[in-house]
Amino acid sequence: MQNKGYLDMQLLRFTTAGSVDDGKSTLIGRLLYDSKSIFEDQLEAVEEASRSRGNEEVNLALLTDGLRAEREQGITIDVAYRYFATPRRKFIIADTPGHIQYTRNMVTGASTADLAVILVDARHGLMEQTARHSYVASLLAIPEVVVAINKMDLVDFSETVYKQICSDYGTLLARFGLQFRHVTFIPLCAKEGDNVVTRSQRTPWYGGPALLEFLETVALPEEAADRLRLPVQYVIRPISDRFPDFRGYAGLIAEGALRPGDQVKVYPSEMVSTVKDIYLGDKTLESAVADQSVCVTLTDDIDISRGDVIVSKEGNQPGVGQDFAVDVCWLRNSPLVCGKRYTVRHATQEVVGIVKEIEYKVDINTQERLYDVEQLTMNDIARVHLKTASPLVWDPYRESRTMGSLIFIDASNDTVGAGMIAGEY
Amino acid sequence: MSHHLTHLKELEAESIHILREVAAQFEKPCILFSGGKDSIVLTYLAWKAFYPARLPFPLVHIDTGHNFPETLTYRDALVEKLGADLVVGYVQQSIDEGKVREETGYNASRNKLQTVTLLDTLAAHKFDCACGGARRDEEKARAKERIFSHRDEFGQWNPKNQRPELWNIYNAKKDIGEHFRAFPISNWTEMDVWQYIYQQGIELPSLYYTHRRRCFQRDGQWLAADPPFIPRRPEEEVVELEVRCRTIGDVTCTGLTRSHAHALEDIIDEIAASRVTERGGRADDKRSETAMEDRKKQGYF
Repeated sequence: MQNKGYLDMQLLRFTTAGSVDDGKSTLIGRLLYDSKSIFEDQLEAVEEASRSRGNEEVNLALLTDGLRAEREQGITIDVAYRYFATPRRKFIIADTPGHIQYTRNMVTGASTADLAVILVDARHGLMEQTARHSYVASLLAIPEVVVAINKMDLVDFSETVYKQICSDYGTLLARFGLQFRHVTFIPLCAKEGDNVVTRSQRTPWYGGPALLEFLETVALPEEAADRLRLPVQYVIRPISDRFPDFRGYAGLIAEGALRPGDQVKVYPSEMVSTVKDIYLGDKTLESAVADQSVCVTLTDDIDISRGDVIVSKEGNQPGVGQDFAVDVCWLRNSPLVCGKRYTVRHATQEVVGIVKEIEYKVDINTQERLYDVEQLTMNDIARVHLKTASPLVWDPYRESRTMGSLIFIDASNDTVGAGMIAGEY
Repeated sequence: MSHHLTHLKELEAESIHILREVAAQFEKPCILFSGGKDSIVLTYLAWKAFYPARLPFPLVHIDTGHNFPETLTYRDALVEKLGADLVVGYVQQSIDEGKVREETGYNASRNKLQTVTLLDTLAAHKFDCACGGARRDEEKARAKERIFSHRDEFGQWNPKNQRPELWNIYNAKKDIGEHFRAFPISNWTEMDVWQYIYQQGIELPSLYYTHRRRCFQRDGQWLAADPPFIPRRPEEEVVELEVRCRTIGDVTCTGLTRSHAHALEDIIDEIAASRVTERGGRADDKRSETAMEDRKKQGYF
């Protein structure tokens, strides 16, 4: 097999934000096309569909604007997931529409991303939406941001324009108090391919990598070294002749690493035990790390059920509480109402929760705080006081996405809001 | 860097997490098993997720009656090996009961009729969640579907009003009579599936490997003349060729690829070099631009 090396690549999940006018579809189309992730029959179908709509150029947005309503209205309604690979890495793009009314889609796309590509039109420089996209990326704790300064051909590949935008972006971050681990600026022309896959001759003053090169080599997020978090999803009890007493605690390791012999504490009971074996299927592992799904057996027979969290005995410990300061993004038309009961799902726990108070709402364009707000409607972002009927085992969202995120479900069974725990209230 | 998981391990872990959420949040889930490679990988992942316990899901096969015998042989051997329960819903029964009408003509297929049989089978056994092996990379309507995908009382999907799905938190709440579809391998690509099959040494039906078969050509696509489920036009000549299947549906909607791939390594190389998608060989998707969405809205897989 020629492609054996491809078996152990790493996966980078990233999100793209920008409006159609920024050339986002063209950029993604180029990444997919140049990495040979668009197939002939897909391209033919899109060419055909573009023609029948009277588009002169091939409309790459039709590749994934798959729903009938989207194709009819020529808009992207929902987050689209696209996949491509190079010999060095595999990528999942959560492509989100950039309009203000789609803040909820941006939040959804950002929730699983390790990196955000924010598009800026070189002619216009930073816009209101640049601030909005950056704010959402920061709120969702995306560590790595690429500011892709597109349409450089229309400003004659001017270094001055590029430098001005870089400097303006620094000002924007400082003004709004936004923080990322890294921000990388790349001047490009998606339409003609400059600095997308290969470095452009037309930006000799730019010494950095092309976008794809950067995506292939950027460091993946570092995991926490000071803690273990394993939310228990399911208790495996075969009750068979071969495994009469087997009790395995199954879950996805949210933070940290795990080895047989490790001392662990189970929250919220705070009972202590020792890891006996770590199973993945019928194999036992010498160690397991974050993002692995495992099944753990312990040396002691203690009462553990779904919703409990297995934690390292030493090191950082989670909080247990019922009153939280939560950053909320409201996702649905039915408004967030203070005092209304919601089902709150958090890691593998499910509890009843009530929003006691809306502390302030955030104008996501200016990041201004608006006080005395009675309710939240779709696409609103706010800081609220959430009280839960029973205790949650939690960490701040900035320290652990899994242990700090939650969703609100209302009586219609719909997911109506997303929340990130900022701290104890 | 070395402590980061490889893409196959990360995808495997994500799928196992989803399967365990299904088992934890639903009362009576099942796996839709077609005998194709995606449902085989899904079943394998489910075995891994609950080992050493038995699979907590029965396998449900919607049988159009137009099977490759190799598929049924494989299915029965797998069920036996896993000690799993098997439920079969027969499209023929839906036809006999007058619930659906058999298509006629040269392009007749029972593919669309399967939806009724599927919904009836789910209802008869009170399954509240059916896990499928659909992937977001394979078709544009599927690219936007949630991992936990809600179906109304009529089994229908509402693509315009899907529940938001964030992080890895899944919402399985529903009213009585409604059900869910869950897609644990949503984020896998065709290549990921093949690489995983290779890496884990998963056995596949022989149809995936190159074999000699009597075939005929229609609209540029090779189709199986044996077993004889597709009515042939007089001018459609039968020839014997070296072929294999890239995807497996029933006989009427499975395109055959001319190939010399006798081992998994060859298949992976062949796919890496391929310039058409795997569904390019699926007659069911070619019926219109939004054929998949239209079928899915009614309750299709």
